[in-house]
Amino acid sequence: MRRERSLNMALMAVLLVFPLWAWSADEPFLITLSTRAVIFAIAGVGLNFALGLGGLVSLGHAAFFGIGGYAMGILAYHAQTYTPLMEWPLLIEGSKAMPVIWAVAIMASGLAALGIGALSLRTTGVYFIMITLAFAQMFYFFTISWPSYGGEDGLSIYVRNGLFGLNTMDPITFYAISYGWLVVVLFVVSRAARAPFGLALSAARQNAARVQAVGQVPYRLYLVAFTISGAITGLAGALFADLNRFVSPTMFSWQTSGEIMVFVILGGVGRVFGPVAGAALFILLEHLLGGVSEFWLVYLGAILLGVVLFARGGLYGLIAGREVAHD
Amino acid sequence: MSTVLLIEQTLNGLQFGMMLFLMAAGLTLIFGVMGLINLAHGSLYMVGAFAAAAVAGATGSFLLALAASLVAAALAGVVVEMTVIRRLYDRDHLDQVLATFALILIFSEGTRWVFGSFPLFLDRPDWLAGTVMLPFGIEYSLYRLSIIGAGLVVAAGLFWMIARTRIGIQIRAGENDREMIGALGVNIARLYTLVFALGAALAGIAGAMIGAIQSVQVGMGEPVLILAFVVIVIGGIGSIKGALVGALLVGLTDTLGRLLLPQLFGLVMAPSAAMSVGASLSSMAIYILMAGVLIFRPSGLFGRARDAA
Repeated sequence: MRRERSLNMALMAVLLVFPLWAWSADEPFLITLSTRAVIFAIAGVGLNFALGLGGLVSLGHAAFFGIGGYAMGILAYHAQTYTPLMEWPLLIEGSKAMPVIWAVAIMASGLAALGIGALSLRTTGVYFIMITLAFAQMFYFFTISWPSYGGEDGLSIYVRNGLFGLNTMDPITFYAISYGWLVVVLFVVSRAARAPFGLALSAARQNAARVQAVGQVPYRLYLVAFTISGAITGLAGALFADLNRFVSPTMFSWQTSGEIMVFVILGGVGRVFGPVAGAALFILLEHLLGGVSEFWLVYLGAILLGVVLFARGGLYGLIAGREVAHD
Repeated sequence: MSTVLLIEQTLNGLQFGMMLFLMAAGLTLIFGVMGLINLAHGSLYMVGAFAAAAVAGATGSFLLALAASLVAAALAGVVVEMTVIRRLYDRDHLDQVLATFALILIFSEGTRWVFGSFPLFLDRPDWLAGTVMLPFGIEYSLYRLSIIGAGLVVAAGLFWMIARTRIGIQIRAGENDREMIGALGVNIARLYTLVFALGAALAGIAGAMIGAIQSVQVGMGEPVLILAFVVIVIGGIGSIKGALVGALLVGLTDTLGRLLLPQLFGLVMAPSAAMSVGASLSSMAIYILMAGVLIFRPSGLFGRARDAA
């Protein structure tokens, strides 16, 4: 436990110091790279809440990532074209204010997770994996065939959204915002994991029948966990769209779901900070291997295969030892 | 809308369903016997298509190309099973998903490495080109009709193999109790490799046949794989009959939905709005079908409840 905690501290310190160094060395690209890592980490922390704590193997978290992205895209698009989002029954305008966009992204993806979860959680095991994948794919095809917001081409937003008059186009400012969100999300998730709800959820993962016997309803626990998980991943999607100032159906693709899961696994399933390590490692590998070969995904595949077959605890398992039961 | 168009689209739906069946049958067999969820099944479909395109390009023979797709996909299946998949049987589903996701990355990028990013083309043979006249004066592509025929033949062969042959008995016994048939002297490791190769071969030939209609390119396998997942969720995992019914349902829903939904909305909306709403909804139709089946039968139409665990 002590080693895990010092690893957490080291990780967060590196994520704080490295971009600051890049800022002083005037390397905006490295700051953007770190921002990507932090946003992917938020998405991974979201998935890990359902996967690590609740044992829900969702291969459809791209749905929530994408909904968060489109929440930002649609609101900002209406604001930049000065067209209302909706005129009847009540007038809704677009918005370029980050807090509004975040709130909408969290609510929309949370609601979607509630709906998808309510249906998918009727099943377990391999059915659950396939069904979550299929629902994400449904959103993917829907955005491709829906012409109002760019269809297959996606939506470009010209200027990054605003927060309290800060210059959010400055990479280090946007990095600070993303890092702030990562800290908030990690705090919420680690508190939730130790709260009665998190303990009940962990117990339901390990033995649903016993949890039921003491009067808890596993289905309800799973559903709440899945909803929170989707909402966090949706927030990451909104930040990611803001970083790129662009949304497209790719955010909904099955590869995105797979990648979010890869962040969780590379870091270590069930560790609160695992996805942070995983996302940082993923970005590092992408950057280093991408320099070696155009076909760097082959190497990534081989590394991932090695981790799954021989180092199941991920980075955290290697460094901090196996303390978390992986079942 | 003419009846001819409707019948034509119904046939297209059947053809699509037959292809999905070839994919879904392998997936459902592999899950039923080995308890393995294989995301890399779409890669085997791609391997089949690329092998067929390469052989057809070199020899010009479509039959040789089909044979090559079978052999290449089955071989790839055997290699993957013996090196990677074998270690995954007693792991949980999460490990299986991740390891097979890693295999997709390796297969897709590896294929891009060898063949490049541009799509290849596989021409349908001259003796299957053109159209045939069906009753009621309907003209239909001979090639697509042959695909339906080939799908039916393969389905019949598969049902016969499972129900009547020694290997079929072993497969069914393996679904029920793998330790027991091991104790009875069946070589489990060989049986598993065989089932995996069979599933791979089915995926490979499906890839080759579709490759002649669409283009052969990297990433062609995954959309089909996800549809095959929808099929076996609807049909019930582990059931070949469920895979057949589910595949035809999905094929028909998708094809007819694209035809009928825009026209249906056209009755109550302006034509352009009806087109876009209809197109968006029809792209979601099969997933709505899946959700509907799940509400009433969480383990699929022909699934046994215990398989869901």
